[in-house]
Amino acid sequence: MAETHSLQDLRHQAAVIAKVFIQRDYTNGTLCQFQTKFPSELETKIDKQQFEETVRTLNNLYAEAEKLGSQSYVEGCLACLTAYTIFLCMETHYEKVLKKIAKYIQEQNDKVYAPRGLLLTDPLERGLRVIEITIFEDRSLTQ
Amino acid sequence: MHLGESTRECEYSQISTRSSTPMETPYKKKTPKKRKWETFPGRNRFYCDGRIMMAKQTGVFYLTLVLILVTCGLFFTFDCWFLAEQLTPIIPVIGAVLFLFVIGTLLRTSFSDPGVLPRATPDEAADLERQIDVANGSTGYRPPPRTKEVVINGQTVKLKYCFTCKIFRPPRASHCSLCDNCVERFDHHCPWVGNCVGKRNYRFFYMFILSLSFLTVFIFAFVITHIILNSQRIGFLSALKDSPASVLEVVVCFFSVWSIVGLSGFHTYLISSNQTTNEDIKGSWSSKRSKDNYNPYSYGNIFTNCCAALCGPLPPSLIDRRGFIQSDAPQLAPPTNGLPMYGSTQSQQSHKVATTPLLQQQQSSEPVILSPENGASLPGRASLALGGPCTSLPLGQPTPPASTPSLSCHEATDLLPIHGHPHNHSHPLQEQLAHHHFLTPEEVPSPPGMLHCGSPLGHSHTMQGSFYNPASQDSLHEDSVRGLVKLSSV
Repeated sequence: MAETHSLQDLRHQAAVIAKVFIQRDYTNGTLCQFQTKFPSELETKIDKQQFEETVRTLNNLYAEAEKLGSQSYVEGCLACLTAYTIFLCMETHYEKVLKKIAKYIQEQNDKVYAPRGLLLTDPLERGLRVIEITIFEDRSLTQ
Repeated sequence: MHLGESTRECEYSQISTRSSTPMETPYKKKTPKKRKWETFPGRNRFYCDGRIMMAKQTGVFYLTLVLILVTCGLFFTFDCWFLAEQLTPIIPVIGAVLFLFVIGTLLRTSFSDPGVLPRATPDEAADLERQIDVANGSTGYRPPPRTKEVVINGQTVKLKYCFTCKIFRPPRASHCSLCDNCVERFDHHCPWVGNCVGKRNYRFFYMFILSLSFLTVFIFAFVITHIILNSQRIGFLSALKDSPASVLEVVVCFFSVWSIVGLSGFHTYLISSNQTTNEDIKGSWSSKRSKDNYNPYSYGNIFTNCCAALCGPLPPSLIDRRGFIQSDAPQLAPPTNGLPMYGSTQSQQSHKVATTPLLQQQQSSEPVILSPENGASLPGRASLALGGPCTSLPLGQPTPPASTPSLSCHEATDLLPIHGHPHNHSHPLQEQLAHHHFLTPEEVPSPPGMLHCGSPLGHSHTMQGSFYNPASQDSLHEDSVRGLVKLSSV
């Protein structure tokens, strides 16, 4: 009897109990940041520190994507000079960081969340509005 | 465990045939996969298989294109030869560069996604609804419009709830009534460009009007030069007769210069103070409102504001236009195609778990067991669960779309006045405060299990003055009338 779940098991066999939505935190303006407040529904499922660590890392990654620095300025100016055709060949800094974020979420799901019957959905699939955490039925209890 | 799994698998296949209603079969049986732009709920037009995105009304855009192409065409055909001979051949070269830049930025502005926010999934919408109801408390009277306050860099900003998109709009976002989308950092809807101007295409728009100002002034100046130089040789009237095209160019440029140069100046001011047209018109950050009113988004100095607006990182499109719709989870049907709401309720979950509500439905012997700790401590959350009793609701109540009032009161917000330019970004300013609708169970477009088990009917029938079909122009008009009344009362 498996006490931990793999990601594939969760998606194909377990039933969804509930979904928790972590909303955006707008206190720093329009930058993409998520609230680090620990939702009560996850109290029994995951460690508060672990959760906050995940959200804080995501926030840092998004901040890096939107950072105004010399790199973004150079990219912007170059793009303007080439009439934005340069984006046909190379991807923007933002897109590169989004790929990093997707990998991080995948990794977190595999290592931390799936074994506890949870699943993080990439906020990009939800229009960067929420981090959706799906809580799956804990089959180890029903068997 | 294995037996249970195999039985479950059998039941999965049973369910999938039983559950496919005539309404759903078109989605399930269609073998060519649909792309997401084909079921996009806003009022946009897509071309080139989703690569190009524009507003619905594009007539004025073609006018813009024709004006630019014709004027420049005439310039290159009739005036450039003379100027290249008499003055320098660099003139046509500069003209050509400017022309290409103008066309490039125009097309980029018109064809790109301005920063549309995708609408909330049914789960999200239900979750927000529940939070708002909890916050509002008692039923039985109409609560104030849904807003959330947040403090940004010391300024209190109100976030409004969009009834069409079912989200709390981020700061600086606004709902465009023409395109029926919420757009991030919404500046205005530009009919000349045939698209909204928002976060993702503002810099292209600015580059367009800036380069167009230069081009207009350039053409105007050199056509006048041509006429003057020519008239020194053969007389003024003969010079005019010699190149009648020049007269047309002068007329077009003369009238354009005022509006376009003025608009460029206005947007330069907006960029340097990091405001949107919306905010400027409403005077959101004007010091006339109160002494300590300031713009919380400004970086403090003009240079940083300009750099941020023009050279900052370009966020990607949040609506995945060219992505494929998951075949086992059809997209939420657009509101106008008449599908009953419940038929599309299984759509937003992209895994096989989507079939479990009906799974629970069909076999009473294996209900989903809520883990005790969840059930006990969180009665509110339990309503999201795919528990047995709740799932019977939707199948018993197919939605009669025509009779139930809409849950998405369409709001036309933040439209702009004509701001003194014949350039005609003409929309009357109307601050719309949406009505608060309570949802009946059959209206909530969420999977069956997501509905409240406890108290669905109690707070569901207070829909005074609500109306159906947010997409219709009638509702827009009603809304605008209502909005004016509301504005006066705020």
